[in-house]
Amino acid sequence: MTAPLTAPLSAPLIELDNVAVTLGGHAVLRDIDMTVRQGEIVTVVGPNGSGKTTLMRLIIGALAPSAGRITRAAGLRLAYVPQRLAIDPSLPITAGRFMNLPHRRDPGRVAAALTRAGLGGLGSRPVSALSGGQLQRLLLARAMLSEPDLLILDEGAAGLDQPGVAAYYARVEQLRAETGCAVLMVSHDLQVVMRASDHVICLNGHICCEGTPENVSGSAAYRGLFGGGEGALALYRHHHDHVHADGTPCAGHDHGEDAA
Amino acid sequence: MPPDFMVRAALAGIGLAVACAPLGCFVVWRRMAYYGDATAHAALLGVALSLAMSLPLAPAVIAVALAMAAAVGALSGRQSVDTLLGVLAHAALAAGLVAVSFVQGVRSDLSAWLFGDILSVTRGDLVTIWLGAAAVAALIFWRWSRLILATLSPEMAVADRISPRVEQWVLNIALALVVAVGIRIVGALLISAMLIIPAAAARPLSRSPEAMVLAAGLIGSVATLAGLGAAWRLDTPTGPTIVCAAAVLFVVATGVAGAGRALQARP
Repeated sequence: MTAPLTAPLSAPLIELDNVAVTLGGHAVLRDIDMTVRQGEIVTVVGPNGSGKTTLMRLIIGALAPSAGRITRAAGLRLAYVPQRLAIDPSLPITAGRFMNLPHRRDPGRVAAALTRAGLGGLGSRPVSALSGGQLQRLLLARAMLSEPDLLILDEGAAGLDQPGVAAYYARVEQLRAETGCAVLMVSHDLQVVMRASDHVICLNGHICCEGTPENVSGSAAYRGLFGGGEGALALYRHHHDHVHADGTPCAGHDHGEDAA
Repeated sequence: MPPDFMVRAALAGIGLAVACAPLGCFVVWRRMAYYGDATAHAALLGVALSLAMSLPLAPAVIAVALAMAAAVGALSGRQSVDTLLGVLAHAALAAGLVAVSFVQGVRSDLSAWLFGDILSVTRGDLVTIWLGAAAVAALIFWRWSRLILATLSPEMAVADRISPRVEQWVLNIALALVVAVGIRIVGALLISAMLIIPAAAARPLSRSPEAMVLAAGLIGSVATLAGLGAAWRLDTPTGPTIVCAAAVLFVVATGVAGAGRALQARP
């Protein structure tokens, strides 16, 4: 399940070189070096307040870095699936119309995409009347219609029950296998997410550790951030004195105390 | 046959309804109601400017409205937008009232600028109103899908290479045009009523964004005609009577939709 499907040297889609972000005088991210390559599934994990959302906004292009460089492959097509879609109740929109944003698409393709997402026949239903799981599948289906090179999922499975979460990540892996797109996920569903990933980045203002899921979950820095146990219960417990895999203590960044 | 000035008034009001329908929907969807108020109140400053410096009215009002939009954009992030707009909306209204008092001859018909004077609309005004309405409709039609996506999720829009900031300025420009069109008709204080009430009345009757715009345009036009007729018969101020008619349509639309749902729910 963890075997990378692609050669390690596939072309980079996006590269961050020594990127830092300062918001309102506060250093949110620093020393970020990362690369997402064609066909790779990369997961960013980190406690609340670790800069996950800021990193995502950087990669989408919604935010400019305060320092460093971001290089995108020429003609890179991104698709973004937000954590939630808070549609104002005053905006009437059906699932089918939503699939046609920001341009009209071939009706046959839209219908097929809805069916594949398990939403067949729901094209005329208001988006506000969909369940949480249906909305997540709709967002994913719309994102895939633009045939992205890089699919970005922000806490994609938040709010789903256990079988829903498993089905969601199975779907993500299947989409990658079918289309060859790279996937960048931000999540705190550690166990499930990491199994589906080729590369895991552990974030806490800076990159604490990274590597294959096995390497990361075995590293001292990771256990320092998330606690040593297998369970997700230790997720937000953030110890002050964790040590990096190379032996350097992880000091100097803002330690949010039990930020949950 | 109604008198000429009534025909002109009806055409002016329908022009305003056409301009307000698409923009009003976005004002409702994006919760920009207070923002509309601030811009419309700022128009009074534009009136003072135009009279004091003998500038044409519409460009002066548009310039001041855009300056207001830029001020909101520059200041947002420091205080809550709600507070900021509260400061700017009332400061603009007060400053406009003070500025107008320096200009000879306006004091007497201040209420025409605050509440409009649709019955005195000239042929020249009609041309301005319909040019403005056509420009607003064309602008929003051109940006339509981008505006909707940026309204649903700014991040999703950016990923699709749509700039939420550009789309916000599209709406700012449309709002400045609507204010310039509406100040002669319903006045600075009631323009945002014509933006919000028809759109709100259209909501329960609509299943798509496009249908909501069409319904809002229809409701705004009916409110204009009904308000004009009622004001003529009852000898009441015309602008406020039109807004009252729109409010009645809002109540009727909400009631009809509620009754429809109740009937559907029955076995």
